[in-house]
Amino acid sequence: MTTVARSLSNKEPLLEVKNLRVEFPTRRGTLLAVDDVSFDIAPGEVLGVVGESGAGKSLTGNAIIGLLEPPGRIAGGEIRLEGRRIDNLPYEQMRKIRGARIGAIFQDPLTSLNPLYSVGRQLVETIQTHLPMSAADARKRAIDLLKEVGIPGAEHRIDHYPHQFSGGMRQRVVIALALCAGPRLIVADEPTTALDVSIQAQIIALLKRLCRDHGTAVMLVTHDMGVIAETADRVAVMYAGRIVEIGPVHNVIKHANHPYTRGLMGSIPSLGHRSERLIQIDGSMPRLTEIPRGCAFNPRCSERGRRCLVERPDLIPAGLGWAACWLHDVAGVGPAATKELADA
Amino acid sequence: MPDGSTLRSFVRIEGLKRHFDVSAPWLVRKLEGRSRQLVQAVDGIDIDIAKGETFSLVGESGCGKSTVARLVVGLYPPTAGRIEFDGQDMAGRRVRSESAALRRRLQMIFQDPYASLNPRWRVFDIIAEPIRAFGLATSKADLEKQVGDLLRQVRLTPADGRKFPHEFSGGQRQRISIARALASRPEFLVCDEPTSALDVSVQAQILNLMMDLQRRFGLTYLFISHNLAVVYHISTRVGVMYLGRLVEQAPTDTLFRRPKHPYTRMLLDTIPDLEMTGRQRTPVAGEVPSPLDPPSGCSFHPRCPFANDRCKAERPRSLPIEGGAVACHAIEEGRLAIEDRDYRPAP
Amino acid sequence: MAERSAFGQWLHYAADSDIWWSFKSSATTVIAAAVTVLIVAMAFLAPVIAPHTPFDPSTLSLSDGLKPPVLFSPDGDWSFPLGTDDQGRDVLSSIMYGTRLSLIVGFASVVVAMVIGIGLGLVSGYFGGAVDALIMRIADVQLTFPAILVALLIDGVVRGLISVERHDEIATFVIIGAIGLSFWVQYARTVRGSVLVEKNKEYVQAARVIGLSPVLIMVRHVLPNVTGPVLVIATINLGLAIITEATLSFLGVGLPSTQPSLGTLIRLGNELLQSGEWWITVFPGATLALLVLAVNLLGDWLRDALNPKLR
Repeated sequence: MTTVARSLSNKEPLLEVKNLRVEFPTRRGTLLAVDDVSFDIAPGEVLGVVGESGAGKSLTGNAIIGLLEPPGRIAGGEIRLEGRRIDNLPYEQMRKIRGARIGAIFQDPLTSLNPLYSVGRQLVETIQTHLPMSAADARKRAIDLLKEVGIPGAEHRIDHYPHQFSGGMRQRVVIALALCAGPRLIVADEPTTALDVSIQAQIIALLKRLCRDHGTAVMLVTHDMGVIAETADRVAVMYAGRIVEIGPVHNVIKHANHPYTRGLMGSIPSLGHRSERLIQIDGSMPRLTEIPRGCAFNPRCSERGRRCLVERPDLIPAGLGWAACWLHDVAGVGPAATKELADA
Repeated sequence: MPDGSTLRSFVRIEGLKRHFDVSAPWLVRKLEGRSRQLVQAVDGIDIDIAKGETFSLVGESGCGKSTVARLVVGLYPPTAGRIEFDGQDMAGRRVRSESAALRRRLQMIFQDPYASLNPRWRVFDIIAEPIRAFGLATSKADLEKQVGDLLRQVRLTPADGRKFPHEFSGGQRQRISIARALASRPEFLVCDEPTSALDVSVQAQILNLMMDLQRRFGLTYLFISHNLAVVYHISTRVGVMYLGRLVEQAPTDTLFRRPKHPYTRMLLDTIPDLEMTGRQRTPVAGEVPSPLDPPSGCSFHPRCPFANDRCKAERPRSLPIEGGAVACHAIEEGRLAIEDRDYRPAP
Repeated sequence: MAERSAFGQWLHYAADSDIWWSFKSSATTVIAAAVTVLIVAMAFLAPVIAPHTPFDPSTLSLSDGLKPPVLFSPDGDWSFPLGTDDQGRDVLSSIMYGTRLSLIVGFASVVVAMVIGIGLGLVSGYFGGAVDALIMRIADVQLTFPAILVALLIDGVVRGLISVERHDEIATFVIIGAIGLSFWVQYARTVRGSVLVEKNKEYVQAARVIGLSPVLIMVRHVLPNVTGPVLVIATINLGLAIITEATLSFLGVGLPSTQPSLGTLIRLGNELLQSGEWWITVFPGATLALLVLAVNLLGDWLRDALNPKLR
């Protein structure tokens, strides 16, 4: 399935992820947290990666930026940035790429900033690490970056410390930090989750503008479908460590091809209509230790057939995108699977 | 309150205030010559909740909505104001038996399903605690039956009682939390962000469960949330809080279709557009000011596009309008027109 | 409910738990535990397995005095494998009985410190305000003195108040009280810190909404959740308490020579060290060092095992 999930454009992909597997060895056996994930991102494209907690979306992001927390490790597959393999690089080389070619934004802006240094010092250091610049030029660039991410009074705010900024402003500083060396790709992991809704909108607008102005591609990892809907070009939906659906954002939201995506979209309360009950998916995502045989979603799926209980689907073309569901296979899901059969 | 005459209020909150002392310790204050510092977490709030309805409080973090929840269940004493429950003043219950009788009738569901259950207790004991505390079981067998029924009501099984909280997922823990809240057969539940720590598909399960239980037991909810879409689905009426004050309250449809206060409008603008109507989120400039040093007059004026000198100087009073109430000079003076909003996808 | 197989289930949890696993996977810890168990068993089985009863004067004979250990000198006597002291007491048996006393004093003073510390810590953390300020300032003041000094002071005060004979009778209790009182601060501070964290957790608030009394909430909800750190301190303090007792006894203000602990034995032997009878002080000293080292290693392991961040 190496050719699936190509981006919409015919451009050479900026980032290619092929059959990525991330493992966690534990004393009760090795857990497969990211299982055979493949996708690519075109230059300037925003790919949303959405899923519930534990679906493996953050691990996928961390694997790409080379910051998997031990004992987690890449157990298979490859990651290519501009055609060059980056998943097997030594730490030092990866550190240079991270920052220079890939920027990272995390959920909690406080953890990305050193509380002991002024934001100016952190920006200047990062700029000088990746670009050949004098201290004065680096400082000028730092001020420009702060202006660009919308920090008022950047000339004088640059000497402030992280704790002197509000949550929203801090996240802007983190974005400025990620932009220091003009990266081609930004991996943003839940960049708005810790922020209030009114601030969220500001940060989303900022990310979108930066992406447009610089042609930077973004991998936007979030559980918030609303953020994806507004920002992403394509979206990958993850469930239990695998991509279950990937396609243009409009299609995935309005005409989902995977039963899980349909349930997920239905369960989001919206202002458009109000009903007695929200659509709900019964049960919860299995723990990594208890992933069922066949399709991992089958115990919660209302459309499962016997085939779903035994055979695991890979991504299959469906509509304008791809879905890992036998409903889209010529052979279908097989005869209906009764509750008893599924439990057996 | 506009509805005050027609609705018999079940829970009545009048002029509720709560200040927190965040001053440095006495010695430090004296040595460094600092003065006392008070945060006005809740700064004068009036709410009437009718029996069987869901009243929601929405607002951004730090607006005081969770403090209201804690004041109502008695976790903090109010600095000023009254809370009446079914005609009885909550603060006036000095006799222990009376206060226990009152407390049995109101319970709380908390936000964090990981922190709200004692990790060292079995689920059975967690749910049995209120039953034991209020002496509601006649025998051990009765207790077991009650706990089993409660577990079934929240779609778990009686056998789950033998397990510890860590063996459950976030959504299941929130069900346990709900079962515990229902254990004393309360009439009024205060729900503090009960779904904000949950994944969205699980959130739908919990919201549906809460609506089912409300219909079944005739429960009254005070629902605290920052998520307007959730509030839209679950509420009868909605109050919008900003920096400790209630800036607007109205029946749900009125609030969402004809929002009045500029802050309410701003909040509605920030809801992401999943229906793909092409509506753009309009990012609003500025952030919530520190409650330590709230702005003068209307506390929203620094962010409000309609603010004038009066807004900076004079705190607006809450005035009845279209079945709700709003505290805004621009609305009161007719400077700001009320518009209809439609979120349905374009046909 | 749940009693039916409670013990079986507990066993299952224990065998499957991370703590047991982290124990098994650390060789140092297993050895330390084995050494501790061995020493404790030796000490408490002393009346059964000790070859002599060294502090019963009727069994002593001065002619057995100052025999060297058998492995180090041809003059040794196999009935006194580690030699004897100047009174003819068997060093091995003395160590067994002495270790027993050291352990009893250590455990008991840790219990005293725990009870005082946990109690004051709970009160301080839960109620806060003036009570908290008072308790914590007392704790601060006490922390400025070394524990041994506090113990010396308490012991000295008691000695001043009662006669010498009376003191010898109750010496064990005095020293337990003195060491206990000098160690409570650490428990109080730790418990207070944990209580401050726990009491704002929602499960405690839920209990308050139900209307449980503060005492019930502390005992039923807060206390079980602060036992982890307390257990760690207790283990590490056990070693410290044993050392403190030994130091006091060595200085001659601890247990009298009629009820010698390891510290007393070291002091008695120390007087003969100059004349070449090294075994009388070295063997008790080695036992003390081994015991405290083993207990401390267990404490270190427990601290790491109970710290979820290090897991």
